[in-house]
Formats: sequence, C-alpha cells, structure tokens
Amino acid sequence: MDVKELVEKLNLTVLCSDELGRKVTGCYCGDLLSWVMSRAKEGDAWLTVMGNINSIGVAVLADVACIVLTENAALDDDALMRAKQNDVIVLRTDKNSYEIAAAISRLI
Amino acid sequence: MQDTVKLHFDVSGNDFTCAGEASGKIKRTLKQLGFDISLVRNVAIAVYEAEINMVIHADGGVIDVDIDSDCITVVLKDRGPGIPDIELAMKEGYSTAPENVRMLGFGAGMGLPNIKKYTDEMNIDTVIGVGTTITLKVYNK
Ligand SMILES: Nc1ncnc2c1ncn2[C@@H]1O[C@H](COP(=O)(O)OP(=O)(O)O)[C@@H](O)[C@H]1O
Ligand SMILES: [Mg+2]
Repeated sequence: MDVKELVEKLNLTVLCSDELGRKVTGCYCGDLLSWVMSRAKEGDAWLTVMGNINSIGVAVLADVACIVLTENAALDDDALMRAKQNDVIVLRTDKNSYEIAAAISRLI
Repeated sequence: MQDTVKLHFDVSGNDFTCAGEASGKIKRTLKQLGFDISLVRNVAIAVYEAEINMVIHADGGVIDVDIDSDCITVVLKDRGPGIPDIELAMKEGYSTAPENVRMLGFGAGMGLPNIKKYTDEMNIDTVIGVGTTITLKVYNK
C-alpha cells in the first residue's frame, strides 16, 4: 500500500507533500523521540501527537513513510517548513492512534 | 574511497530549530559516499542523540566527523556542566531534562543508551564545570 491509498482509505488530511507514492510497510506509535528514532522501521507510518520541528528531524532519520498526527494534533509552522524542505509527508486525522493503527493493520 | 572525508559543525545551545541539522547532513554525506544503509542509520541515530544532548544539557558545542572507508569517527565536544555520574547517566530512563524539553518529546533518558547500542565504540570524557567530549566509532564491516 502507498501513502496515497492510506490517505484515501482512512480519510486523512494531507498537510505536507503532494507526492504520495511512498510505500507504507508498517506502523509505529509513540511520542518520545528517542524511542521512535531507534524503534520505528523504514517505511512505517508513524502515529504521534508531536508536531514540532524535531519530529520532522526524527522522521528523516528513521526514514518513516509518513507522519500521521492523530487526535488533530497541531503542526508547528517551522515544522511544516522543515517537512517541505526534507520531503516529509505529514498527514492529520481526528481519530486516535489506536483507531488508526488498527485500521492500518487491516490494510497491510 | 581514498582520503578521509572531514566534516565540522557548530551546534548552538537551546536552539531546537537547528537541532538535528548536523546528524541530517552526516547522514546525507554517508549515503552519497555509498555506505550501507544500516550503517548510515546507526551513525545518524547515535549522532542525533549526542547532538540533542549538547543542545539540551550543555548549551551547544562542536562536532567533528572523520569518514574513512573502514571507520566513521565522530567527536562531540561541549563546554557544558559535565556529567557527575556516568554510570547513572547511562541507565535507560535516567534523565535530568527539564519539563519544557520533555514537552517536545525529548528527555526519555534513552539517548546515551541508544548511542551505546548503535556504535561499536563510545567514550565519554567529562570534567565537572569544564565540559564533555564524546567520541563515537562505527566500523564499516
Ligand atoms: N553533553 C552532556 N552534558 C551534560 N550532561 C549530559 C550530557 N549528555 C547527557 N547528560 C546527562 O545524562 C543524562 C542522560 O542522557 P540521555 O540518556 O541522553 O537522556 P536525556 O537526554 O533524555 O535526558 C541527561 O539527562 C543529562 O543529565
Ligand atoms: Mg538525550
């Protein structure tokens, strides 16, 4: 499944990036950046409420497929800018991480 | 790869907007040089953690990287407060990070353990009131 399909199936809002061809191969939930960085796998959809500039840095380092901000968590302006510079896909939903993770597990 | 590739970065303290820039650039450089993707990831994670520590705990510092075909060496030097008890600091979950930093997702107390986990050699040289120098080595096997 690619990010485009994820967006359509789960009705996610695209906050950053128009190139949604990246493959989603798994999912990781977490807000503590040290954990995410070392445990999230390349190609994971990362579900979090952390929408600050450091989340973008971690997404780049961990090579996740996309960030999904759950429960309508905010994306800071400087984070959006950094995401654009680094081609990080950022999505948003009003659902919580459990609901989205469960839905992803049914899709992949 | 014939010669050593050297990189240098200045990291400013308490500036979270730039934190991660050095590790990002190191990652890109290693990728371009054709290093194995898992080695690149290991180096990037370790340097990111150490870089963030300099920002949070030591008011910034400098990073020097030596890239050889068989070994990546990273030296992170700060003039921060030093680490009083290295053994305690190395414990998973131990953190003195203030609340405002925790709100950003840092302060899990996993930084130093992560650095250890993702490098082949890690040396901490610290003097109270003078600063800390962390030297990391990752071998290209
Ligand atoms: N460069 C440094 N200068 C001074 N103290 C440091 C430095 N790096 C780490 N420390 C100390 O070691 C502790 C553990 O570091 P770490 O494992 O990275 O956890 P965290 O950064 O999440 O607190 C820190 O909370 C801090 O007290
Ligand atoms: Mg740390």
